[in-house]
Amino acid sequence: MVNFSRRPKNIVSLTLLTVFAALMFGCNQSHPQSTFEALGPVAQSQLNLFWMIFATGALVFVIVEGLMIYAIIKFRRRSDDEMPHQTHGNNTLEITWTVIPAALLILVSIPTIITIFDNTNSPRTPAEGGLVVDAIGHQWWFEFRYPHPVNPDEEIVFANELHIPTGEPINIRLESVDVIHSFWVPKIGGKVDMVPGNGNDMWLQADSPGYLYAQCAEFCGVAHALMRFRVIAEPREDFDAWLLAQAEPAAESADPLIAAGKQIFQQSGCTGCHATDPSSSGRIGPNLTHVASRSTLAGGVFENRDEFDKVNPSLVQANLREWLEDPLNAKPGNIMGMQAAVYTDTNKALSEPDISALVAYLSSLK
Amino acid sequence: MSTMPFAIPRPVHPTGVWSWITTIDHKRIGILYGVTAFILFLTGGIEALLMRAQLAQAELDLISPEIFNQLFTMHGTTMIFLAVMPLSAAFFNFVVPLQIGARDVAFPRLNAFSFWTFLAGALLLKISWITGGAPNAGWFSYAPLTGITANPGHGIDLWVVSLQVLGVASLAAAFNFIVTIVNMRAPGMSLMRMPMFTWMTLLTAILLVLAFPVITVALIELMFDRTFGMNFFNVAAGAQPILWQHLFWVFGHPEVYILILPAMGIVSDVLPAFSKKPLFGYGTMVVAGVVIAFMGWMVWSHHMFTVGLGPVANSVFTFTTMMIAVPTGIKVFNWLGTIWGGSLNFKTPMLFALGFVGMFIMGGISGVMHAVAASDAQQQDTYFIVAHLHYVLFGGSLMGIFAGIYFWYPKMTGKMYNEGLGKVQFWSMLIAQNITFFPMHFTGLDGMPRRIYTYQENMGWEFWSLISTIGSLMLAASMLLFVYNFVNSWRNGEKASGDPWDARTLEWSIPSPPPEYNFAVIPEVTDRDEWWEEKQRRRIGVPVPVSGGSGYEPEEHSIHLPQPSYWPIVVSIGLLIAGYGVVYNGVIYNFVLAAAGVLIGMIGVYAWALEPVNDPDPDDEHSSH
Repeated sequence: MVNFSRRPKNIVSLTLLTVFAALMFGCNQSHPQSTFEALGPVAQSQLNLFWMIFATGALVFVIVEGLMIYAIIKFRRRSDDEMPHQTHGNNTLEITWTVIPAALLILVSIPTIITIFDNTNSPRTPAEGGLVVDAIGHQWWFEFRYPHPVNPDEEIVFANELHIPTGEPINIRLESVDVIHSFWVPKIGGKVDMVPGNGNDMWLQADSPGYLYAQCAEFCGVAHALMRFRVIAEPREDFDAWLLAQAEPAAESADPLIAAGKQIFQQSGCTGCHATDPSSSGRIGPNLTHVASRSTLAGGVFENRDEFDKVNPSLVQANLREWLEDPLNAKPGNIMGMQAAVYTDTNKALSEPDISALVAYLSSLK
Repeated sequence: MSTMPFAIPRPVHPTGVWSWITTIDHKRIGILYGVTAFILFLTGGIEALLMRAQLAQAELDLISPEIFNQLFTMHGTTMIFLAVMPLSAAFFNFVVPLQIGARDVAFPRLNAFSFWTFLAGALLLKISWITGGAPNAGWFSYAPLTGITANPGHGIDLWVVSLQVLGVASLAAAFNFIVTIVNMRAPGMSLMRMPMFTWMTLLTAILLVLAFPVITVALIELMFDRTFGMNFFNVAAGAQPILWQHLFWVFGHPEVYILILPAMGIVSDVLPAFSKKPLFGYGTMVVAGVVIAFMGWMVWSHHMFTVGLGPVANSVFTFTTMMIAVPTGIKVFNWLGTIWGGSLNFKTPMLFALGFVGMFIMGGISGVMHAVAASDAQQQDTYFIVAHLHYVLFGGSLMGIFAGIYFWYPKMTGKMYNEGLGKVQFWSMLIAQNITFFPMHFTGLDGMPRRIYTYQENMGWEFWSLISTIGSLMLAASMLLFVYNFVNSWRNGEKASGDPWDARTLEWSIPSPPPEYNFAVIPEVTDRDEWWEEKQRRRIGVPVPVSGGSGYEPEEHSIHLPQPSYWPIVVSIGLLIAGYGVVYNGVIYNFVLAAAGVLIGMIGVYAWALEPVNDPDPDDEHSSH
């Protein structure tokens, strides 16, 4: 048994080694949702707290496990006849290990509670002129609504890609139309749930430009794993230009294939759920006004960007085709595949030429 | 005069299947609980292995998202309600009456009813795999994803009914053990002389009695929403779906302690036995347990830090959650105090008990990390949570339960398990669980949400996910080794003495396996660790009254044990049919099946109520009193 009793020590050192290996490993690979690369003040404050509590926890872990392993080695049975001293307890010791952890935890809770309030209360609320974006969860995609840059009565409706200006707090109002989702962009802040009928507010800020991965964090049904979105943080002037461009519908085209696609789009029931004007909200499906300019299709299922990080028209077309041919294969359970007449009624099914025309039309919506 | 309402004679089967079906012996019921729960534990393990296979690499296509969502729902529900809780119940049943010097529990037939009703609940849940879709909304089944519009199949209905039936089983058992522990202790065994496992059983039973009504209310509301179109959680009708979360976690957090307190009790009995020392700070351990059980009600919203309850609520629950770490820490330190200065004998139960302490510290610390609401926003609903909960439930509860299985195996079976295989199984399980669950800390902090059936290649999660999958296969191998050791030793193991560990509490003062009546003579208790003190007194030659009295044959006539009964299982079968009939209420014209089940149950209750515990003894007309 002497040999065995030494084993736990090896396990602890193995564990520590693994931690270091993990950290080293982490540097050589892309980690688009890592919580260790904070790009804004909210994520940074959360990361700071994490390191504080991690360090405290690691210290306690090493001390307690160390004492245990020491005791295991030191007090192993050497002979069956030995009779240890029958201690029943020790008040001083027991009070000590009640008071010290309690004091330690109270200390830890102070910066925690300060951060809780800081991260809830926006430094620049909408009333103080801060940008506000509505984020609405749908099974299984994200809708975003921006205030119209020119006409205050209107909104700009966008999907699955959140553009934000860098260096300023963004107020986000969270809602859901069906079940509970959770809005989470790990590199700029922790998640807040999107609760139907009970909106939440949060604020985030990105300090440098970036292309950030995000995904729903609350289980929300069949395709929860495929409910993703991207955040494009860009300098204020780029953001303003982008928003202005979004306020306009896509340029019309004279191409006959595109015109045919538009006709199919209008006649096959697509418009029942999808809008193609920038201010139209409240539809069942994503607003498609500028669908071909987005970095992903179908809520992060298909990547539209190529290896140069540019939206690539041929990728857009290929993805649109794959999506239209079999939406349920790309995103199981989605409403379009489950309910749209073109997918449920074989008499109304899209033909190959129909799909080509639709692809041409939709990929012209830039 | 016969008091039997129906012309069915009382069962008289000393051996064979019927003897088990009609048994009301707490030891046999304990074994039934243990074996059934372990088989269900293996099914939950298979569900986990299938998920690990699907997640081994990015974008795998082994398991469809529909099935994957059912797998994690069933895995969680199975492990909590059908594995860890009933495995603990197996020990309540087998061990508690022996530890307090009783001949059975207070209500032996109710005890049989608890077991059969648990089995009925388990069947109602597991049958969903073959009746058209298991529940698929996660083990905490947040509304409105469980509503009839978002979730039209019968999986959720079976989940609801199964949990209700399991709740009946748990409540019956909890009342039974509270009454047993309060009323049936041997003379001289004051509360503060009770073995720690009995103490933790008492606290667990109290928690069960208080917690289950809350989930019962929530489940009834959900059932009425789904079956009768009511609007408790219907957002369109103005409901607040957060209500479900509050109700669920007001139950769910005490439930966490229901899962861990029995394991803590086991470890508190195993460590002293193999250290040759009394439990360090017994009084503090009791108080810490009571404080945990009390504070367990004040921390539920730490499961809801990202729901948007506001900074004040989050701060309060941050604080209470941190404070509950204090009594938990006291327990850990007192365990260290117990082994400190002892004479540690590293038999398999001791290894598992020490493993429990080591792993539980890990899970406890990551638990405190989650108490920090602000940074928890990054960890909530990620694999970091999955890692944490497996360190406390697998590394904690299950390691404790395995310590208990090995510790009491000789007492239960009368045989010794194979010590070498036991040690190999301990080390393989300890290593495999760390390989499985430790990497989940990394993937979680790397932004991997839980409950996703697939992920993209470029997320950086593949390496550690694969390691987890490999670890889960090793865990499976370790479990197979355990099953082999368990079964083979029961058939071919060496005979065990009454006290193979030189242990401390009363269950070791009687033969292994204990006779049906447990104690030939009810012991007179004068000390905490009564059996140990008695052995010491004997050693120095002080004349002592015999406790337990192994070797003393009782006069068979003087011990009247409750007799077997058919009725508990009849009532449980009634509940099974009624539960199935409520879910599939259209199968035989509206609710006829459910009504039939209720009728069978009521017949059973009626017959049970009128059946005396003992038939009148022909030799002694006073004996039935």
